[in-house]
Amino acid sequence: MTLPDPLQDQHRYIPNASEDVREMLGVIGVDSIDRLFETIPGDVKLDRMLDIPGPWSEIESRRWFRELAARNKTAADHLSFLGGGAYAHYQPACVDQLLLRAEFLTSYTPYQPEVSQGTLQSIFEYQTHQCMLTGLDVANASLYDGSTALCEAVLLADRVVKNRTKVIIARSMHPQYTATVRTYVQNLGYEIVEVGWTKEGRIDLQALKRACTPDVFAVAIQSPNFLGVLEDYDAIGAVTNGAVKIAVIAEATSLGIVSPPGKHGFEICVGEGQAWGVPTQFGGPYVGFMVVKEALKRHMPGRLVGQTVDVDGRRAFVLTLATREQHIRRGKATSNICTNEALIALAANMYLSLMGKEGLREVAWQSMQKAAYLRDRLLASGKVTLPFSGAVYNEFVIRTSFPAAEILADLEHEQILGGIPLAQFYAGHENDFLVAVTELHTREHLDRYVGVLSAAIARERR
Amino acid sequence: MTTVVEQESATAAVPQGANREGLIFEHSKKGRRGYRLPALDVPERSDLLSPSLMRDEIANEVEVSEVDVIRHFTRLSKLNVSIDAGLYPLGSCTMKHNPRLNEELARTPGFALSHPLQADHQVQGNLELLWHIEQTLKEIFGMPRVTLQPVAGAHGELTGILMIHKALAKSGNARKFILIPDSAHGTNPASAAFAGYEVKELKSNSRGTLDLHLLEQHVDEDVAALMITVPNTLGVFETEIRKMAEILHRKGAYLYCDGANLNAFVGIARPGDMGIDLIHSNLHKTFSTPHGGGGPGAGPVGVSERLVPFLPTPTVERRDDGSFYLDDDHPDSIGRMRAFNGNFNVLVRALTYMRSMGPDGLRRIAQIAVLNANYIRARLKGTYHLPYDAPSLHEVVFSDKNQTPHEVHTLDIAKRLMDYGFHPPTIYFPLIVAGALMIEPTESEPKEELDAFCDAMLAIARECEERPELVRSAPHTTPVRRLDEARAARQPVLRWQPRSD
Amino acid sequence: MTPEDSRYAKSHEYIHVEGNVGTIGITDYAQKELGDVVFVELPQVGTQLELGDELGSIESVKAVSELFSPVSGEVVEVNESLADKPELVNTDPYGDGWMIKIKLTAPDEVDELMNAEDYEDYIQTEAGK
Repeated sequence: MTLPDPLQDQHRYIPNASEDVREMLGVIGVDSIDRLFETIPGDVKLDRMLDIPGPWSEIESRRWFRELAARNKTAADHLSFLGGGAYAHYQPACVDQLLLRAEFLTSYTPYQPEVSQGTLQSIFEYQTHQCMLTGLDVANASLYDGSTALCEAVLLADRVVKNRTKVIIARSMHPQYTATVRTYVQNLGYEIVEVGWTKEGRIDLQALKRACTPDVFAVAIQSPNFLGVLEDYDAIGAVTNGAVKIAVIAEATSLGIVSPPGKHGFEICVGEGQAWGVPTQFGGPYVGFMVVKEALKRHMPGRLVGQTVDVDGRRAFVLTLATREQHIRRGKATSNICTNEALIALAANMYLSLMGKEGLREVAWQSMQKAAYLRDRLLASGKVTLPFSGAVYNEFVIRTSFPAAEILADLEHEQILGGIPLAQFYAGHENDFLVAVTELHTREHLDRYVGVLSAAIARERR
Repeated sequence: MTTVVEQESATAAVPQGANREGLIFEHSKKGRRGYRLPALDVPERSDLLSPSLMRDEIANEVEVSEVDVIRHFTRLSKLNVSIDAGLYPLGSCTMKHNPRLNEELARTPGFALSHPLQADHQVQGNLELLWHIEQTLKEIFGMPRVTLQPVAGAHGELTGILMIHKALAKSGNARKFILIPDSAHGTNPASAAFAGYEVKELKSNSRGTLDLHLLEQHVDEDVAALMITVPNTLGVFETEIRKMAEILHRKGAYLYCDGANLNAFVGIARPGDMGIDLIHSNLHKTFSTPHGGGGPGAGPVGVSERLVPFLPTPTVERRDDGSFYLDDDHPDSIGRMRAFNGNFNVLVRALTYMRSMGPDGLRRIAQIAVLNANYIRARLKGTYHLPYDAPSLHEVVFSDKNQTPHEVHTLDIAKRLMDYGFHPPTIYFPLIVAGALMIEPTESEPKEELDAFCDAMLAIARECEERPELVRSAPHTTPVRRLDEARAARQPVLRWQPRSD
Repeated sequence: MTPEDSRYAKSHEYIHVEGNVGTIGITDYAQKELGDVVFVELPQVGTQLELGDELGSIESVKAVSELFSPVSGEVVEVNESLADKPELVNTDPYGDGWMIKIKLTAPDEVDELMNAEDYEDYIQTEAGK
């Protein structure tokens, strides 16, 4: 069959038209574009056009995609209390506007420093923010997200502590983070040991102590953990028996108020930077961060930007310690990561700069105070219990006498996305759900939540 | 043509201190503020955190106004070059135009504000979108299923190799080795090692491709897979790809395709029809999602029928009634590759692009990308040495062999291109070419831009003969000039520190 | 140019033997090929090395090379100053840029290595490749 000559249908993203093509073919010395594809054997060439929709105009695309988006029930038209590793915080208007600057949006990895100082300097600033916030020494340019950052942290610990095979992960770690680690290390001969929690919702220190045998190379905990409860870094550090201590921060704004892991002897802090003003956008793109003690810097995965000077003595920034990376060390690299989340790290840098010392504290303070207000009001209502008594930041578990799914369906009916059912992660928690509060919630929102939830429970009781 | 820039005049033209922008921390002044939150409207409790859980103030964090922030980042942005400003011919990177419609639609509140742990019935629009992009990639790849979880090419590679391992382990022997040609991207061996395999490197032949008999020699019961880039990093298509697949399949091994170069043949040929078992596609390359200075990306992986049971969970499925759900029920799955649902909002951008292009547009991408690369090849061949003369598709790899007699090297040529206003090509890769200059123009470039680039390359070649020192000391017009990279690595300064005074 | 009093391996390490202790580093040719050395990773004192074992690695800005032991023995000293000043490998490869001292367990192995003249010939052919 003859395929239509696509050169007849000019496309708006492809400038060269028939006349250009003719001239260029002349210079190349062939009479048709097909001749350029002769090295692809006939028996693997497609003898038809792809069977896919399009081409669409912008008008058609807007119509179709917006119609699809409208089918979602989201925080755009509901009052949302969803967290569990993805949090809706205030997004300053100028961050997204600045991200759209083509020089940031459409540039590549800064391999050529003379024409990439904007990206390089921003990463250097981002690294500095990460160090200040976590109380550790060296941060990288970014990893994919919190879950894969934890994977990289575990692998890093294994490189440092040789000849041990066990890694302990708190059962209160984000369950999808732990699941991702299981996938990553499935062929590496590790044993993953989970340690449970106490009635406060904190890691069970007795069980942790027993689990920390000499063959454990790393202990990974999350704080605030998946139940919302803050862990006691010092108490954990006291029983880990020489293993590398990894702290996971899934709610990054907590670092505005909560004492950072670096101050308590943790060697590695990894986490998810989404809460720094990045939209929840159904899970990605987000930005994973990793900050480590100075002694671990040469084991770091991913890119690092360092400061140096140019031939005229001007301060400048450049990708450095690159021999750790895949494009040089190939099979022996510290990680296979190449493309990371540079643009989201840039957004985080902008957010952290704009909020600054005061703003980061105020966001955290308000989120925590509002969560406490909601907790107090819920307790006062007498309709729910709080299964975990430990101190929380901005998220906590609610228990009712009814299946969480039913209660949450009632809330959804009132345009409230009321929480995340825990049963999908932990058996035996059918009546529990996780609720997150941020500075975006008003007192009225919180009162409304209490009212609608109380009414729903009252209805269930009938 | 751009005027030749003299070293002396260039330095004289840039006043001391121009193009310099202090670090955001150096802009900080006590009392400045860049945000405002509503006043706290709930009663404040002072007993929420014990003193040991509460942090001190974040030492040295910045205090700046919104004006300071906007000026700072705008000035920083001006120190970058970008695809919007012109040709960015990085080989293997497919720096193509990033349509702004993609950006607009990704910001639709229904997508941007959706939460990853919402119940399926609340996010039917998202799930349907994921289902559609999988259908479209299935057709492009010619494969029965595609996972959308991987968020980058290397992440896709790891996903694929883990699947191979799981499939082989299930049939009794996970095997030991992954074969990788010496022309491969560094991520290939790194991903193979990450997944628990040892790497055996295969030498390319004089065409830059892989010899069948060499492959045959190496494939035995210990080999799990061959990882190959199609077309390879020289832009040369592996003509015998189907026979390679047969050799591997006969011994129970798999053929993994690094799809970084899909832009060369999208809509023209399909990996599934070549006998390929797995392919990842970097959506930030072929499908135009912006590179963003190094991500985010997405690296969906298509698989052949026998690997379907091992796909990461969850998958997106459609019920008979037309509703969609996330399905975790795959007992042989390798598991999840990341929390949540991959880089969803990168997928929104990529699907927008696929719809904008349609079947004819996608095919035209490959046609014009290959035309543009061959046009550059025709114009520069002779002046620059072409170490592998085999016909190439979407990219062309030259070397500095004709310039080294003048003691000018690839790095110098790359830096000099900056003075002519172009981002340099990929350099010193693939490793099988000494002094490689790897040029990929993509379909986005009009003939005039290609001509300007070629004119610049030819002018530089003349400079190499006539004024080599000018090239060796380039660039002269950039915000900073060549950096002391040894100093950066010897005494690493990886963060700003306040002055101790 | 190439010191007469040392022996050389094909992988460009030299060894200078005094008594039963050999000082190992990389040759002037090797440091030039590598370019600016930015980091040297060395074994701990007490490490037992067999002939051909990887003893560490050396990094320039954009390359990393493994270092191989030209003899068998026990590491008795490592050059601590390379931690802060890896550039010594460039500026004085046969002097202050030395890497480790090793107590030989099989001194005969030294005789199998090239002398200065053979090594000069060897790098001529290497360079011609």
